[in-house]
Formats: sequence, structure tokens, C-alpha cells
Amino acid sequence: MYTTDLSGKKKAEAVAEDPAKLAAFEARVAADDFIEPKDWMPEAYRKTLIRQISQHAHSEIVGMLPEGNWITRAPNLRRKAILLAKVQDEGGHGLYLYAAAETLGVTRDEMTEALLSGKAKYSTIFNYPTLTWADIGAIGWLVDGAAIMNQVPLQRTSYGPYARAMVRICKEESFHQRQGYEIMMRLASGTAAQKRMAQDALDRWWWPSLMMFGPPDDKSPNTEQSMRWRIKRDTNDELRQKFVDISVPQAEAIGLKVPDPALKWNETRGAYDFGAVDWEEFYSVVKGEGPVAKERMQARQKAWEDGAWVREAARVHAEKRAAAKLAAE
Amino acid sequence: MSDPNKEWPLWEVFVRGKGGLSHRHVGSVHAADAKMALEHARDTYTRRMEGVSIWVLPSAQITASDPADADALFAPAEDKVYRHPTFYKIPDGVTHI
Ligand SMILES: [Fe+2]
Ligand SMILES: [Fe+2]
Repeated sequence: MYTTDLSGKKKAEAVAEDPAKLAAFEARVAADDFIEPKDWMPEAYRKTLIRQISQHAHSEIVGMLPEGNWITRAPNLRRKAILLAKVQDEGGHGLYLYAAAETLGVTRDEMTEALLSGKAKYSTIFNYPTLTWADIGAIGWLVDGAAIMNQVPLQRTSYGPYARAMVRICKEESFHQRQGYEIMMRLASGTAAQKRMAQDALDRWWWPSLMMFGPPDDKSPNTEQSMRWRIKRDTNDELRQKFVDISVPQAEAIGLKVPDPALKWNETRGAYDFGAVDWEEFYSVVKGEGPVAKERMQARQKAWEDGAWVREAARVHAEKRAAAKLAAE
Repeated sequence: MSDPNKEWPLWEVFVRGKGGLSHRHVGSVHAADAKMALEHARDTYTRRMEGVSIWVLPSAQITASDPADADALFAPAEDKVYRHPTFYKIPDGVTHI
């Protein structure tokens, strides 16, 4: 999902590293030791982490948009307060992660610039529109659910600041998922029209949620290295299967149906068999062809440009005050 | 002086979880000045009553030991086992020590 490498199919290029340092590093990581910002690390590890963490941060930030779209139209005050708190949490998640990436030597502005110029990727899921209130339920339940599944193992990832950000994020995510499921539960037990609305949201969000785990394992060339470096702890397909197995009974419990005719419990595997994901759609959304990809980037650009004078005024004011204080001493 | 591409400085954030505990590093924020850094730290790191007090300090003001010196700094303590109470054999029956 957010933490899935979306950078394309090419393998990370090899840089010549000091073999003794590299061996010591690999041994530390293999022993589940944590790597901290100033420790020696191979360039490829640093680069992969910067890409992965900043991509995750961008996803949190862009992820505020589809839900922010419904804050003013939440059906009651309780729902509005909850949604506001959730969207604020997502902003916080973005900030924890940007700060973690900054410890690797990239600046916040460089990351912002990469996002706004379209160079950096973010999770494809946020390029789908939120058409009805039920979408807010489906996002909390499925999208945050998939996020949790992906993020829980990363609490033990090898890079200390990333692992610590993950611990904080995971603590906050389960409220996100539960409030979403509660919305779906309410709608599913409401009028026929409300139930239809819930089912429609599930129909539209199910497959994009499965895509959040990233391409199938045989199409993820960097998985092996990332697993060895403990910056990925389960493969995309393993997590996807786990997600299906957990979510199907949750849908059934509230009388909704997962939109997959091939879905079937497999007694021997002790898991669900499920239909093929449309990877063509996935790759086109990664490339920025998602239904609302342009709107999302325009919204981020506008926020950045509209805030420019505030950022500058605050900085100049602080510099003036610091200079005046110095002069008075 | 007013370079629009210059970002706000980075601040390190320390939070006291509750009375009786020391402040612990929780992360960092960007802010133009100390007051704003406190406000950002509050919004970013204490949305669920995670603390009763916050410290912020410019990241540039921190002097840290170099991990490359870790052996020189910390290894000498390794052979000083006599700094631990378990180094000393006290006969059975002698109590409260
Ligand atoms: Fe999040
Ligand atoms: Fe979330």
C-alpha cells in the first residue's frame, strides 16, 4: 500500500560499497538491530528508504483530500467531529513520516517539490473519488484496514525513526478503521436505499483496496532486498491474502457482499481464493491516470502556493525579532 | 534575507508523558520560531493527551556523539563489572545488603 514501491519495475542500481562496512551492516540488520540516522548505511538503503518513507508521507497528505471532501457534509455533528479528528490524524501521520525521512538527509522542501512536480508517487487509492457518504465508511474500513495490515509489521522495520513513526501511526489507525466500519454497519442496517449505498461503496472500493498492497510478488523486483533489509516484512501477495481473509467475514457480518464472483473459501489452504486484480488499471493509476489524479495534485499545488506568503512572513518576522533581540543584548 | 525557498528551521520535540517522568524525545517539527514550534508540537504529537509538558529546541543546537566513536566512549565500561552490585559475593544469611 503506501509503503509499496511504486517507482517502476527497474531494479535498484548497485553502488560500490566498502565490503567490510557492508557486511557489518547486513549482520546488524539480520540480527534485528536498529539502524539510527548517523550510523553507516549503504547508499541504496538510504535511497530506498527516502523513497519509501516520503511516498508514504505523501500518501497520508494526499489521503486527507478524499475524506476532507465530506467534512462539511457529514450527516451529523458526531460524524463530523470524528471525521475531522481522523483527517487531522492523517496530516499528523504525514508529518511524522516527513520528519523520519528528513533524518536521512533529504529536506522537507525537496520532498514537497517532488510531490508537486509529479516526480514522487503516492498511493493509487487516493486517485479515486468519494461520491457518497458511504465512501467515507468504505475508506475507513477498507483503506485504513489495508494500511494497518501493511504498517503493523513495519513497527519492527530496521530504520529506527521509521519504526518509531510506525508505532505512533499504528496506535492511531485502529480508530480510523472502526469508525469506518461503524458507518458501513449503520448504513447496511438502515433503509433499502442506505444499504444499497453501502454496497455500492464496497463495490467501488474493494478492488482498489486490494491494489494497495502493490503488484504481485513476481512483478516486484526489489522485494527480496527490501525483505533482507527489514524495510518490508511480508510480501505483497501475503498481505493481500491476509486482507481478503479478514475482510470477507467482516462484510458478511453486516450483510454486504464482496464484489468478486470468484471468491471462494478454500478448505485445503485455509484461505479464500479470489479473482484476478486488474493490474492494467493499477499501472495506469500509478502513472497518474486515476479518475481524480489531476484534481488531487491541483489541490496540493493550490495549498502550497496559497500558503507561500504565510511561510515567508512568519520566517521574516522571526528573523527580525531574533536580530532585534541580539541587538538589545 | 527573504528567500522564498528557505524552509522554517527544524525543532526537536520532547514530551513529559505525566508528572514524575522525564521529557522524552518524540520527533520533530518545522517552525519559524519557538512559540510556533510549541504549537506545532502540540498539534502533531499530543492529540490524545500524550503529555503534560512539551520542550522544543532547535535541532541545530544539539551536540550529539558520533556513532563511529561509540567504542571509544562506551566500550571501556564493559570491563568494569565491579560497578555492578552482582560483582560482590555476600555470604548466605547476610541480609538487607
Ligand atoms: Fe494514516
Ligand atoms: Fe488512517
